[in-house]
Amino acid sequence: MLEGQVVLVTGASRGIGSAILERFASAGATVIGTATSESGASAIAGRISENGWQGDGVVMNVGDAESVTEGIKTIGQKFGPPTVLVNNAGVTRDGLAMRMKPDDWDEVINTNLSAVYRTSQAVLKGMMKARTGRIINLSSVVARMGNAGQMNYAASKAGIEGMTRSLAREVASRGITVNAIAPGFIETDMTRELDESQRDAMLSAIPAGRLGEAGEVADLAVFLASEGAAYINGETIHVNGGMYMN
Amino acid sequence: MSTVEERVKKIVCEQLGVKESEVQSTSSFVEDLGADSLDTVELVMALEEEFETEIPDEEAEKLTTVKDAVDYIESHSS
Repeated sequence: MLEGQVVLVTGASRGIGSAILERFASAGATVIGTATSESGASAIAGRISENGWQGDGVVMNVGDAESVTEGIKTIGQKFGPPTVLVNNAGVTRDGLAMRMKPDDWDEVINTNLSAVYRTSQAVLKGMMKARTGRIINLSSVVARMGNAGQMNYAASKAGIEGMTRSLAREVASRGITVNAIAPGFIETDMTRELDESQRDAMLSAIPAGRLGEAGEVADLAVFLASEGAAYINGETIHVNGGMYMN
Repeated sequence: MSTVEERVKKIVCEQLGVKESEVQSTSSFVEDLGADSLDTVELVMALEEEFETEIPDEEAEKLTTVKDAVDYIESHSS
């Protein structure tokens, strides 16, 4: 379905990013997953070759402009310019607003939000030339709902949604779409760390009565990258089991 | 070796999808050749690539015709 597409997924080592990498690879795309360390990148590369997929793992720190420029250049030389960018890399530095340290604010905004500006700008040139392309940004349900203890994270994700709409307006005429996916609670390392009472409280807020699977987010990313989604632009699509409805 | 003007015209044709016969030295990118704001950004980026130079934003704004671009490149290349 996506043969010939060069898909760049940031933060592809674990969780949702890892699932996105897998689903794109299964759909026939060439997949490039980024990690912040050499060992992370080679683990991704290993997974790709073990499964007989096309692609590679690349070291990239999306929080650093130079690292992004270099990384995308390397990918371009090896596979051609990315035709699909999935901005998935993200961090949390949770804490109540009253006590939040400037570093915790800056790091989350830089890694989650400013990074999307950097990577998107770096891939746009190739997409503009090709007159086609897909940028898919991972937001979060907390961008809309808010979440105590996540002022920085929620701000970064709400920022992503605004960027998504602005960029979509700028590049739509060139056959490029820019959309966001806002997952709710998904089974990942992060949610597995919660204790039973936290988990119960979370589940009581989800009509579906269960957490989502990373693959259920990844399938939407694959659809948004497909030809069938060409007329969906600037949209944020929620995947949360009914926890939050627009 | 093509002249600067020939190379600029070739890029203008490619970027804006116009025929070479339509592109005169006095042609305005926006008014005569139908470029929108995104086209002009792409055009400047293509010129930067072709001539291996960097055109600052405040200079790029002033390049409204083929001649402007040719003059700029000729005066800024070694």
